[in-house]
Amino acid sequence: MDKFDPATTPPPVAAAVEPAAAENKMVLNMGPQHPSTHGVLRVILELDGETVLKADPVIGYLHTGIEKSCEAKTYSQAITLTDRIDYLAPLSNNLGYCLAVEKLIGIEIPKRAQYIRVLLTELTRIASHLVWLGTHAIDLGAMSVFLYGFREREEIMKIFEYVSGQRMMTSYFRIGGLALEPPPGWLDRVKRVIDSLPGHIDEYEDLLTQNRIWIARTKGIGILSAEDAIAMGVSGPLLRASGVAYDVRKAFPYSSYDEFDFDIQTNTGGDCYARYLVRVAEIRESIKIVRQAMGKIPREGPFRAAVPGIIPPSREEMKTSIEGLIYHFKIFTEGFAPPVGEVYHVIESPRGELGVYVASDGSPKPYRVKFRTPSFVNLQSLPRLAVGRLIADVVACIGTTDIVLGEVDR
Amino acid sequence: MQKLKEWNASTVAQVIEFRGETTVVVPRQHLISAVEFLTGEPSLRFSFLSDLSGVDRFPLEPRFEVNYHLLSIEKRLRLRLKVKLSSADPVVHSVTGVWPTANWHEREVYDMFGVQFEGHPDLRRILMPDEWEGHPLRKDYPTEGYR
Repeated sequence: MDKFDPATTPPPVAAAVEPAAAENKMVLNMGPQHPSTHGVLRVILELDGETVLKADPVIGYLHTGIEKSCEAKTYSQAITLTDRIDYLAPLSNNLGYCLAVEKLIGIEIPKRAQYIRVLLTELTRIASHLVWLGTHAIDLGAMSVFLYGFREREEIMKIFEYVSGQRMMTSYFRIGGLALEPPPGWLDRVKRVIDSLPGHIDEYEDLLTQNRIWIARTKGIGILSAEDAIAMGVSGPLLRASGVAYDVRKAFPYSSYDEFDFDIQTNTGGDCYARYLVRVAEIRESIKIVRQAMGKIPREGPFRAAVPGIIPPSREEMKTSIEGLIYHFKIFTEGFAPPVGEVYHVIESPRGELGVYVASDGSPKPYRVKFRTPSFVNLQSLPRLAVGRLIADVVACIGTTDIVLGEVDR
Repeated sequence: MQKLKEWNASTVAQVIEFRGETTVVVPRQHLISAVEFLTGEPSLRFSFLSDLSGVDRFPLEPRFEVNYHLLSIEKRLRLRLKVKLSSADPVVHSVTGVWPTANWHEREVYDMFGVQFEGHPDLRRILMPDEWEGHPLRKDYPTEGYR
């Protein structure tokens, strides 16, 4: 190597840029009211021109103290709060919480209820991914996908309304099974929607997958390596788009997921485009699972486990037997008391690893409930995705992490 | 767990088995060495921190518990580590050096319980406003808040 000569060697580029950058540094407050933050996320950006030097997410604007409220309610009452954590996937939260409490009590629920739960949570996953696709596309300027995505989501919402009586805050999964017997003919409705979906997804892919603007806005943007993703605790489609084939449904099967045939969708790109491909492929996988579940669900059979004193008896039993009436009264006035102990149950929500920690002190109210929400953890990686990119890419990065602020702040 | 005991028996204060889940209570001075062993050991590789949460056992002593839910993606294992802290000295060493994801989790536990994490790069409130008084998830904090 040549000897260093200050007269001929140009100064390193970074040294030349540094003083100017410090002078031109600007702090920009993005949010909490900003359409592309999907709620009330605030990001403090430090900018040099349009380049992001530092991004600091500020959260808590939607904090409602759900974990504290759970401690003041009985185990069954707390289900209604879980809907409100992730308002785009309420049934996934219901499932995570119910499975955790069922594990705490130590009961197994009937197969029929398990299959119905699988079917409805997969529909939830499709609906949630459709909202993500629509809002992400509108952030990046593709208006029509938003309208189409919400059109199909509405059909799924109608199924939820038909089955549980509510479009969004369903609270349909209860401890020990389901709230009600699903209404007659509901599977025909599911079939109609599911049969129409693959064609619609082809439409979205026609609009986006080869779209040059879409590729320019997402490819190579917000790259997250597999090692970084694991170190940052990122889960769900983000982790799989970084090339890690980890899905709770396969690794730790719950609710009979091991009886279903589906693949883990991965991509090695690690960028926004890879995450788009993974999520679209996941919708197709979910359709596969829903089809299998429709074939598996028995027409007849119990939809709730029979555990006297813990699971409410059927209406008929409550009205015809004195024990049924007593149990009904006691469960709805006092609740039930699980054994002392603590459990942590994890499910794969549309956004990733949803963990529910429940600690019991033997009273009818949970001593401590903690929701390990995937959005909260995934959002933490935003600075890694966005630093060094342009402001417009921050919008793409926020969109692609698929955060729900209700879940981030709880 | 067996491996942890073989490696250094003083890191395991107590083992609890409940509903197929293993909880290892670790004395707080051994937390970092135990965690480094669990992430590094080739047959375990707990490289993913799933969750970090606090529990307040008021009025019992030791009052606070910090739970670490570890996950090994390769070996499909889960493990819970538990550190117990007294109310007089609720300080534990931060694990952000091992798992960067612990950063926000530890901020949340600090915010909600007032547990201090030694060596945390940026320990400030995360969900509550910066000027908030008290730690809401403590059991002596009323559910309706202070009026």
